[in-house]
Amino acid sequence: MGVNRKLIGTGEVPIITLTDIGVSFGTVKALTGIELKIMPGECVGVVGHNGAGKSTLVNVINGRLSPTGGDVSYNGEVSKADFRNAQRARNAGIRSVFQELSLCPNLTVLENLRIPYRKMPLRNWRGKAALAVRKSLDAIFPGNRIDPYRVVDDLPIAERQMVEIAIAFSRRDMDARLVILDEPTSSLDGAIADQLLGYIRRFCAEGGSIIFVSHMLGEIFDVATRIVVMKDGRIIANDDARNFTRASLVTAMGQVVPDAAEVTEAKKKQVFGAEVIRMENGLNARKGEIVGLAGLAGHGQAEALARCFLEQSPDWRASRAPAVVFVAGDRSRDGVMPLWSIMRNLTLQTLVEFSRNFLVDRKAEGRLAKEWHRKIGIKTDNLENPILSLSGGNQQKVLFARALASSAPIVVMDDPMRGVDVGTKKEVYRMIRDEAEKGRTFLWYSTETDEILECDRVFVFRDGKISAELNGDEITEENMLRASFEMQETSQ
Amino acid sequence: MNMLTRNNRLQIAKRGFKDLVGAMLRKPWIWAYLAAGITYLATLLVVSIGGGAWALLYAALTFASFAVIVGVGQMFVITLGPGNVDLSIPATMTLAGTLALKFMETDGALVLPGLLIALGVGLACGLFNFSLILLLRIPPIIATLSSSFLFQSLAIWSNRGLRIKPPQILADFTTGGTFGIPNAALVALLVSILAWFVLEKAIVGRWISAAGQNSRAARLGGVPVNAVRFGVYLSCAVLAGFTGFMLANFSGGANLNMGAEYMLMSIAVVVIGGSSIAGGNSNVPGIWAAALFMFLIVSMLNSYGFGAGVRLILTGMIIVSVVALASKRGHKI
Amino acid sequence: MNRDHVRILLPVMSLVILLGAVFYMQPRAMSYFGLNLLFNLAVPVALATIAQMMILMVNDIDLSIGAFVSFCACVTATFVQSDPVVGYAILLAAILLYAAMGAVIHARGLPAIVVTLGMSFFWAGMAILILPSPGGAAPGWLRVMMTAKTPFLPVAIIAPIIIALTMHYFVKRSALGVLLRGVGGNEQAMERSGWSVMVLKAIAYGIAGLFCVLAGMALVGLTTSADANIALRYTLLSIAGVILGGGEFTGGRVSPIGAVIGALTLTLAASFLSFLHLSPDWQIGAQGAILILVLAVRLVFTRREALV
Repeated sequence: MGVNRKLIGTGEVPIITLTDIGVSFGTVKALTGIELKIMPGECVGVVGHNGAGKSTLVNVINGRLSPTGGDVSYNGEVSKADFRNAQRARNAGIRSVFQELSLCPNLTVLENLRIPYRKMPLRNWRGKAALAVRKSLDAIFPGNRIDPYRVVDDLPIAERQMVEIAIAFSRRDMDARLVILDEPTSSLDGAIADQLLGYIRRFCAEGGSIIFVSHMLGEIFDVATRIVVMKDGRIIANDDARNFTRASLVTAMGQVVPDAAEVTEAKKKQVFGAEVIRMENGLNARKGEIVGLAGLAGHGQAEALARCFLEQSPDWRASRAPAVVFVAGDRSRDGVMPLWSIMRNLTLQTLVEFSRNFLVDRKAEGRLAKEWHRKIGIKTDNLENPILSLSGGNQQKVLFARALASSAPIVVMDDPMRGVDVGTKKEVYRMIRDEAEKGRTFLWYSTETDEILECDRVFVFRDGKISAELNGDEITEENMLRASFEMQETSQ
Repeated sequence: MNMLTRNNRLQIAKRGFKDLVGAMLRKPWIWAYLAAGITYLATLLVVSIGGGAWALLYAALTFASFAVIVGVGQMFVITLGPGNVDLSIPATMTLAGTLALKFMETDGALVLPGLLIALGVGLACGLFNFSLILLLRIPPIIATLSSSFLFQSLAIWSNRGLRIKPPQILADFTTGGTFGIPNAALVALLVSILAWFVLEKAIVGRWISAAGQNSRAARLGGVPVNAVRFGVYLSCAVLAGFTGFMLANFSGGANLNMGAEYMLMSIAVVVIGGSSIAGGNSNVPGIWAAALFMFLIVSMLNSYGFGAGVRLILTGMIIVSVVALASKRGHKI
Repeated sequence: MNRDHVRILLPVMSLVILLGAVFYMQPRAMSYFGLNLLFNLAVPVALATIAQMMILMVNDIDLSIGAFVSFCACVTATFVQSDPVVGYAILLAAILLYAAMGAVIHARGLPAIVVTLGMSFFWAGMAILILPSPGGAAPGWLRVMMTAKTPFLPVAIIAPIIIALTMHYFVKRSALGVLLRGVGGNEQAMERSGWSVMVLKAIAYGIAGLFCVLAGMALVGLTTSADANIALRYTLLSIAGVILGGGEFTGGRVSPIGAVIGALTLTLAASFLSFLHLSPDWQIGAQGAILILVLAVRLVFTRREALV
C-alpha cells in the first residue's frame, strides 16, 4: 500500500512498525502505547524486569498475539492487526526462538527444519534439510558436533537450544530478516554464547535485524545497537546503545527493592533454630528461616523444590502431621483444581488434619475456610463459588491458604507470585514473615529479584547446581546476576 | 458456615422457581434422565397399554442394574483422568462368574463362598492390573488390555466353554423381585448409594476427584495419589467380579461371551451419564439414567420394528453427539 | 544408531526368538507352505495395526478399528463383489467419514477414545445392515491375489514386507509423514509454524481409514466370506501390535516396521501354542503374556537408557 516494493530490505523501509499498540488480558493491561520501529541491520536489545511486558511485545511482533489496540505493519504495509499477523510476520521473514523449546522432540534435527519450512522443495528434501541445518549450525557455532540425523530428544539441552537457534537462522525460500531471540543463552555455556553473539553481529552487518531479549546486561551491551527499556507494559526508554551505561540502564529499569529498611529490620531480629533440611546438592535450611532459590528460570530450582517435597511426603498415605507443604506458582499445572469451589480448593491439603475419621468434617472445613477467607482476604462473597471465578492473584491466595492452614513445619514455594498484583504481594510477604517468626521454614524459589531480597539466605542455581550461597548483606541483585551467569562473565 | 447456607437458601428462594429449573438443567445428569423418560414414553406408545408400562420399567430396571454396577466401577477409573480406562472389565466378569459357578456346582449351600470367590477373583484381577500399571509403568489402557487377554484365557481354560448352571436359589434371587422391584436393581441401588457416599462424603472421594482433575497438583497438595489409584483400580475390578457373579446367575449360567458387551457399555453409561471423560468429575445418578436409557432405546427400536443394525447405529450416533454436546460445556470452563 | 534403532531391536528380537522356537519344534514349518500357514492371517492384522499406528501417531486412540474392519469386510463380500462401483463408492465414503471424524475430534477437542467407541457401534450397525447373517463371497481377483503362489516367498511374507517398507517410507521419510509425526510430538510448535493441525489429523485418520479398508478386503480374500463380527478382535490386536512394535501412546513415537513385526509376532504367538501342543485355550492369553513380557523388557531397556 503505497510502498515501493523495491525498497523493501534496502534499509529504507522498516521491517516492522508498531503504532500505539495496546494489549490487555481482561482488565490487566499487558502493553500500553507501544511505539517501535525496527530497520534492517539493527540489533535491538530489550531489557526490563519480569512482568515488564517483554514476552508480550515479542508475541505481538511475531504475530502470535493480536493486539487489542493499535496497528502493526510489516515491511511498511499498513494492515489491521488481526489473526493473519502470524502469517504476515512469517512472510516478512520474522522468526522467533522462544524460551520454552519449540522443537518436536520425537523428530530428528533435520526433520525439525521441515516444521517451520512450509514450502520446502520435496525432491530429496532430507538431504537438503540436513545440509541446510549443518550449514547453519556451522555458521553460528563453528566446531559443534551435532549430527542432523539424531533425534532431538537424545540431545542435551544446550545442543537442543543450539539446534533451535540454527533452524531460526537457516536458509529457506524466505530468508530470515528479523530474528527474535528470547533469552537465547540461558542454557548455553560461555564459549558457545560468545559464538552466538559474534554471529549476531555478522548477521546485522549483512543487513539482518535481531531483537535480543536478555537479563544479561553484559550481552546486551555486547551486541545491541539500540536498547529498549520496558517497565509495566510501556517502553520507557528507546535509544542508541552508546547512550546507555550499565548504571543508567539499571536506573532506567527501575529499582525494585521494596521498603529496604523494613526488610532489613525484620532480618536483624531473626535467630534461627536447628537445621531442618539438608539436601544432597547442598541446599539447607534452618527452623524459622526463609531460604531463597534464585537464578535464571529452568536451572534446576523447581526440580530441587519438587525433590524436597516428594522425598518427605509419602505417595501411599496421607499424614495428619505432614512434614512439608507446597505452594504452586504455575497454578494451572501444579495447584488449582479447576472443577472445584474455592472452599474445596482451600481445604485439600488439610482434609485429614481436621477430619476425625474417613469422612470429610464439613463443619470443620467451613470453619477453616472462613478463618482463612478473613485472614488472607480472598475477594469473594461466597466460598462456594468456583475457584476459576477468582482473579489469578486471589487464586494464588487460596493456594497460600491451603498450605499455611496445614501444621507442616516446612513450606516449599515454587515461584508463587506469578501474576499477583503488588498489593497482594505485600500482604503475602508480611504473612510469610509472621509465619517464619513462629518457627516455620520457607523454601522460596522466585524469578523476581524483589522477592529474593526478602529472604534470609539465598542459593543461586545454575545448570542444576548451586553456584553461590548468599548471606545477609550479600543478597543483592548484582550478586545474584553474577552468580547466575558466572561462567559467561568469567569467560568474557 | 451456618450463615452461608442460610444465605444460600435465602438467595435460592428469592431467585424463584425459574432459576431453580435453571439450576436443575445445569445438572449434567438431567439430560440423561430426560432422554430415558422420552424413550420410555415413546416405547409405551407402541407397546400394548396395560401391564406394558410397568413390565417395561421392570425389565429396564433389571437389565440396567448390571450396567450400573460395572458402570460405577468404570466411573471411578475414568474419574482418575485421561488415559485411565479399565478394558479388562468383560474378562474379569467372565472369569469371576465362571469360577464362582464352577465352585458352587449348583449347590445352594455354597452361595456365600461362591460370592466370596467372585469377589476374590475381582480383587486378584485388580491387583494384577494395578501392579502392571505401577511396577511396569504400562499405560492403564494397555495394561488392562493385556491382562484381559490373560483373564479371558483363564476363563476359557477353566470351563472349556461349557455353560455351568447356577444354584437354583441364586437364579431365583437374581431374576426375582422384592416389593415389586427387581432384586438386581436393589443390589445395584445399594452399590450406587455406597459409591455416591464415598465420592461425595468421604475424604477419599475428594482425593479421587483431585487426582482426576490434575494428578500432579493433587500430589503436590498432599494427596496420596498412588494409594488412591490402587483403591480405584481394585474396586473397579471387584465390582466387575461381582457383576459377573450376578449376571451369570441371572442369565442361567456363565458363558464365555457374557461380559463382551460390557466393555463398551461400561464406558458408554459413564459418558452419557454426564461424568467428564477428562476426569475429576463423577456422577452416580447419571449412570442410572444412562443405563436405563441404553436399555430403553433398544426396546424402543425393537418395538418399532427396527433391527439390530439400526439400533447399533443409533446408539453410536447418540454416544458421539452426547460427547460433542458435553464438550461444549467443558470448553467454556 | 539412534533411539529409533534401539526401539526396533526389541520387536525384531521377540519375533526371531518366537520364530526360532517354532522352527525348533516343528522343522517342517520352515518351508514355503509352512510359512504361509503360520503367517496367513497376519496380513489383515498388519494392515489394521498400521491403521491404529496412524491414530496413535497423532496422540489419539481408535477403539472402532475392529468394527470398522468388519464393516469393510462386509462391504467387500457383498457390494464390491456384486456391484463394484457402488462397493468402492461406499468404501471411499467411509474413508472420508474417517477423515472427517479426525477433523471433528481435533476441532471440538473431543476425547478420541469415546468418539471412536461410539463410532464402533455405528460401524457394527452398518455391518449388520449390509450383511445380517454370515455369508457373501470374495471378489475373484482378491481371492486370487491373497492365495497367489508367488515364487520363493509366500504372499503371507511378501505382503507384510511391502506394507512395512511402504509405510516406513511414508511415515519416516516423506515430507508429509514428518508433519504427521510432528503433530504427535509438539502440536503447539506445528500450529506456531502455521500448519493446520486439523487438516493433518484428518489426513492421519483418512490414511487409517484406508488401511482398515485394505485390512477388510484382505480378510475377505483369505476367508472368502464375511460376517458382521469377523474382525472385532482387531481393535485390541492392533493396539497391542503397535505397542509391541516399539510404538508409544503419546509423543508421535511410532515405527511402521515395528508395528508390522508386532502384528506378525501376535499372529505367530497364536500358532506357536498349537506347535507346543498346548491347549488352544491359551492362545489369547499368550498374546497378552507376550505383550506384558515385551513391555517389561522394554522397561529394563529404557531404565538403562535413562541412566546413561
